[in-house]
Amino acid sequence: MKKILSIIFLFVILPLKVSALIEVDITRGNLNPLPIAVSPLSIDENSKKSFEKILNKKNIGSEISLVVEKNLKISGLFNPLNKDAFLQSPDIANLKPRFEDWNLIKAQALITGKVNFIDNKLRVEFRLWDILAGKEMMALAFTTVPNNWRRVGHIITDKVYERLTGEKGYFDTRIIYVAEEGPKTRRIKKLAIMDQDGANNKFLTLGNELVLTPRFNPTSQMVTYLSYFRNLPRVYLLDIETGMQEVVGDFPGMTFAPRFSPDGKKIIMSFAKDGNSDIYTMDLENRIVEKITNHPSIDTSPSYSPDGKYICFNSDRSGYQQIYIMKKDGSNVKRISFGRGLYGTPVWSPRGDLIAFTKLHKGKFYIGVMRTDGSGERLLTENFYQEAPSWSPNGRVLIFYRETKTDDKGEGFSAKLWSIDLTGYNERQVNTPTDASDPSWSSLLSN
Amino acid sequence: MKKSRIRNFDQGVLMKSNKIFKNALLIIVACFALSACATSKKSTGQMQGDVYTGTDTVEYLASGVPDRVFFATNESVLTTASRETLRKQAAWLRKNSDITVVLEGHADERGTREYNLALGERRANAAKDYLMTYGISSDRISVLSYGKERPVDSGSNPLAWSKNRRSVTVKAN
Repeated sequence: MKKILSIIFLFVILPLKVSALIEVDITRGNLNPLPIAVSPLSIDENSKKSFEKILNKKNIGSEISLVVEKNLKISGLFNPLNKDAFLQSPDIANLKPRFEDWNLIKAQALITGKVNFIDNKLRVEFRLWDILAGKEMMALAFTTVPNNWRRVGHIITDKVYERLTGEKGYFDTRIIYVAEEGPKTRRIKKLAIMDQDGANNKFLTLGNELVLTPRFNPTSQMVTYLSYFRNLPRVYLLDIETGMQEVVGDFPGMTFAPRFSPDGKKIIMSFAKDGNSDIYTMDLENRIVEKITNHPSIDTSPSYSPDGKYICFNSDRSGYQQIYIMKKDGSNVKRISFGRGLYGTPVWSPRGDLIAFTKLHKGKFYIGVMRTDGSGERLLTENFYQEAPSWSPNGRVLIFYRETKTDDKGEGFSAKLWSIDLTGYNERQVNTPTDASDPSWSSLLSN
Repeated sequence: MKKSRIRNFDQGVLMKSNKIFKNALLIIVACFALSACATSKKSTGQMQGDVYTGTDTVEYLASGVPDRVFFATNESVLTTASRETLRKQAAWLRKNSDITVVLEGHADERGTREYNLALGERRANAAKDYLMTYGISSDRISVLSYGKERPVDSGSNPLAWSKNRRSVTVKAN
């Protein structure tokens, strides 16, 4: 099962002597991204040829640095500088940058490194330099199988991000989502998975049956989702590595809206029967089912707090869709959304302090966040239709999907993934090979 | 009736001043009544309120037996027309006692996916309950919610949405 994560890291943390002078503040919308130079990782001729044979990439050092550069740019916090302006060659820069040269092109930070082919493995070392202080901030080396080269780029980005912002990164992660195609009235939907930057896209189901709302477990090796296999909408489990699927919510009715508990041992979901939806949990080990809510209204979209003690969910018990929280056993139900409009899809942030939601007000859809007591509501983005936010593992970015309005003839429909920072800045489309919806962000894979 | 009240008021203004207040109340009542009528009777020819009343998308289980009923936004209440349709379905099902059906509940695209799955289930069950009160055994009826996954009209406008908020009775055998 762990094969997919069988990346072998030998972290050799070289000593640090410096206190950082540059820092990136990620709590405010960052309108002045930090100018950073990503020097291509240097590589000797022999290693270059060996990697070219295995990976069919001419210069794996440059390729890895491109992954880093793209990640940094997409984060919105960094402005990777044009390589044409770099004066120092990659190998020399990695030994000792000429800080004046990098200063001249207005770089404030510099990433250098080198790649070696050793015992059929990819060995990478990289350094982060503070240009203004003229000092090394971080040096790290690791070894892995060559096929993991993109992940190496993501891990370098995570380390740089963490060093400069003081918070964990979110780049060595994957997104599971629903790939869509075909006309709006007969959409074909498949489960798909890709790296956070859109690379390595893979379809996990064939599209023979409707599938919806996939969500990762905490280790990101399992997924729970809704499948209409044999026209029986039920909650399923999928092992991403083995491809094994099994039904977990096989009750006489519809089970839907599944999510894992933070310890991965339970699935929480809705069960609809006789026109009433309530929230249930199922223990995956002993298959014991517990009823959590008991109300004639619709109770759905449950999501645990990261400590597992509370559950936020969506209910129309007040007459309209609103957000509620309760203790994990279903007691102490409390409504927390009181603004104008309807609220749905509450998702507890991995930091525990916020709940992201979808809001419908006056014909517009919003993605927003509020504190767990309902105070401090902030709307991040408005659109014709968008919903289903999912948090990056560090709780700084939300990914969601957006649908377009069709024209007079009912044509022009599309569904795409988008992401936005918690600050409300850096809204951007996440590229997928097909139309896409229902994204779910994995945990950090290299932790 | 309402028009005559307005006329009364017009005369009232010309008449004694102590009647003005009373008549002012009357016109306020009349305005409310009129505006209420205006909204409830607002019709594009295919919608009443926001419930679809047309026949564009309707198919027939048998001659004179429409296969579907329509709902208002966020509602699962059966309208008078829906109840009439379901009574026809019940009569047809009583005559054809070997037939079983699936009630497919749907929502429009203007709601979150998971809530709409629950709403579709609630709509289909509203139809199921009504068929049962007209003597159809629950053994013959199953319910399947599609939420907003299977619209009949791909438009993004109120008329299209009204066609998509529906419960469709489909022969299962």
